Amino acid sequence: MNLRAVRAIVRKDLSVVLQSKAVLLPIIIVPAVMLLVLPIVASFAPQFVNVPGASDLGAMLERMPESFQQRFAGLSQEQTIVTLLLVYLFAPMYLIVPLMVASVIAADAFAGEKERRTLEALLFTPTTDRELLLGKLLSGFVPAMAVAWGGFVVYTVVANAAAWPVMGRLFFPTGMWLVLALWVAPAVAALGLGATVLVSARVSTFQEAYQIGGVVVLPIVVLLIGQATGVVVFSVALVLLLGAVFWAAAAALLFFGARGFRRGDVLSRA
Amino acid sequence: MAETVVVTRALTREFVSGSGAVRAVDALDLTVARGEVVGLLGHNGAGKTTTVRLLAGVLTPTSGSARVFGLDPSVDGVAVRRRVGVSTETPAVDDRLSGRAGLAAFADLYGVPVARVGERVEELLASFDLAEAADRKVGTYSRGMRQRLALARALLHDPELLFLDEPTAGLDPVAARAVADRVRGLRGEGRSVVLCTHDLAQAQALCDRVVVLEHGRVVAAGAPAALAADLGAGLRVRFLASAPAGVDVAARLGALDGWGGVAVATAAGTGEASGGAAGDPPVDGGARVVAGVARDAEAVAEAVATLVRAGVRVYAVERELPDLEDVYFALHGRPRKRAAGEGSGGAPADIAVEPPDDEEGRR
Repeated sequence: MNLRAVRAIVRKDLSVVLQSKAVLLPIIIVPAVMLLVLPIVASFAPQFVNVPGASDLGAMLERMPESFQQRFAGLSQEQTIVTLLLVYLFAPMYLIVPLMVASVIAADAFAGEKERRTLEALLFTPTTDRELLLGKLLSGFVPAMAVAWGGFVVYTVVANAAAWPVMGRLFFPTGMWLVLALWVAPAVAALGLGATVLVSARVSTFQEAYQIGGVVVLPIVVLLIGQATGVVVFSVALVLLLGAVFWAAAAALLFFGARGFRRGDVLSRA
Repeated sequence: MAETVVVTRALTREFVSGSGAVRAVDALDLTVARGEVVGLLGHNGAGKTTTVRLLAGVLTPTSGSARVFGLDPSVDGVAVRRRVGVSTETPAVDDRLSGRAGLAAFADLYGVPVARVGERVEELLASFDLAEAADRKVGTYSRGMRQRLALARALLHDPELLFLDEPTAGLDPVAARAVADRVRGLRGEGRSVVLCTHDLAQAQALCDRVVVLEHGRVVAAGAPAALAADLGAGLRVRFLASAPAGVDVAARLGALDGWGGVAVATAAGTGEASGGAAGDPPVDGGARVVAGVARDAEAVAEAVATLVRAGVRVYAVERELPDLEDVYFALHGRPRKRAAGEGSGGAPADIAVEPPDDEEGRR
């Protein structure tokens, strides 16, 4: 494995990506909203607890399983609201960050390069198909994890700081969130990459790849709804299991994506 | 005998589309020797680019074999590409990177020693006259600059064999000449070049041999001059002459033994007037161009003497050598249209001529 070539592909792709507003804006704005703005807003939620309609959160909690409700034992109503939002309801949303960053960069690195007609020059270099694919995958994976883990640190700081008046202690990250960040987030990024590699082989533009590849966000939306309705309740065990499922799905997509990634085929379809 | 760097035998590549299999390269036999410049000529879709992709190990053949430096590109593609540089038909350069950054990235990909990357990039930027624009985004480059950057990239790893696919497409004459000079320089350094081009004059000027492809098949191959010589027997000769009233130069030439295809060139083109048929009447005091094909040099000398005896003033007699363009059009079954004043594409005249206003030169 020619790691120097792999690094060169990653560096080149990232340099190119950082010059594109179409790629750069979503990978800045979405994490900023989800990991910075939302926890600040959520921390102020207890102030509106007496506003009509705000008691929905309390009603939501009452619909949750008994075992879940016990996790809030000993917390005040304000602390319950903050914990419910910042620890549980936002957890699935956090997963959107690595998924989106990986997908958008991979779409640019695979389909975008085809669209710009620069892929052919890369195919004529003395690299193997595997090195090319690995370079392209890392181009998406490395920034996705950098944003996801950087965002996790930001979220931790913001959540603790903004909710300090209510919580009065450092309450974040929880064990579940650590598993989410360290185990599930990479799996979700890999899932996004796998889907984008598969899709990019069959489309010729960045937009097509990004939009079709975006279908993989659906499982996360399902999780979000499931959590909000009490059907799914995040716990360390469930998150570990979720990670395993996402890793398995990602492995399958990457396997089929890699099998179809032969430079001759890429060129024929370019 | 020079080492052979490329050999193909019955190399074939098919693409399957909705309407069935299309044979892009069909039983291609090709050799390229070290230090040789070989031109691949043909219309769009003739199979030139597919041939390059097969030889670089980017595509695998459907059947037949290829060896580049003795290696099978479909098996040892990486090893082949280490020794091969490719400049694609579209420059394929990243608009969002600077010229310098793009070259540096590819230097890593081509395995240029780390300690040499900076130096090599600067060498090539200077050599291709891109040093001043090196830190600008490639998106701001002109077509010629992008083409030069693509050529520089193909040379990063000092390849022994270069595939240049339409390297002068879209370039202005000055830039095209610079590329041609570069190709000559590469040959001078002992590198082999496979030049895919539509530019027949360029192929004639640069290539030791040309291979003409049509629908993926070789329809002619050889040195440009040899192909031209094979095009037809006889000498094509042009006379610049003026005749007294009543003397039909074309008719007289056509009537001579050993002459054929005599025509009077007019401003609009060439009017046939061979074999004594009525051509345009000569114009007193005005010179006109008459062309025909003579059996040999003796027939030309006889024609000059005959015309002079008839009172025709012959200002110039010029031999036209068929060039690669004639060959190309003949191979594709289309006669080349020559303008009345069009010369022989740089071929030297065999017979001395004097200008019409030179009284000493009148015969």
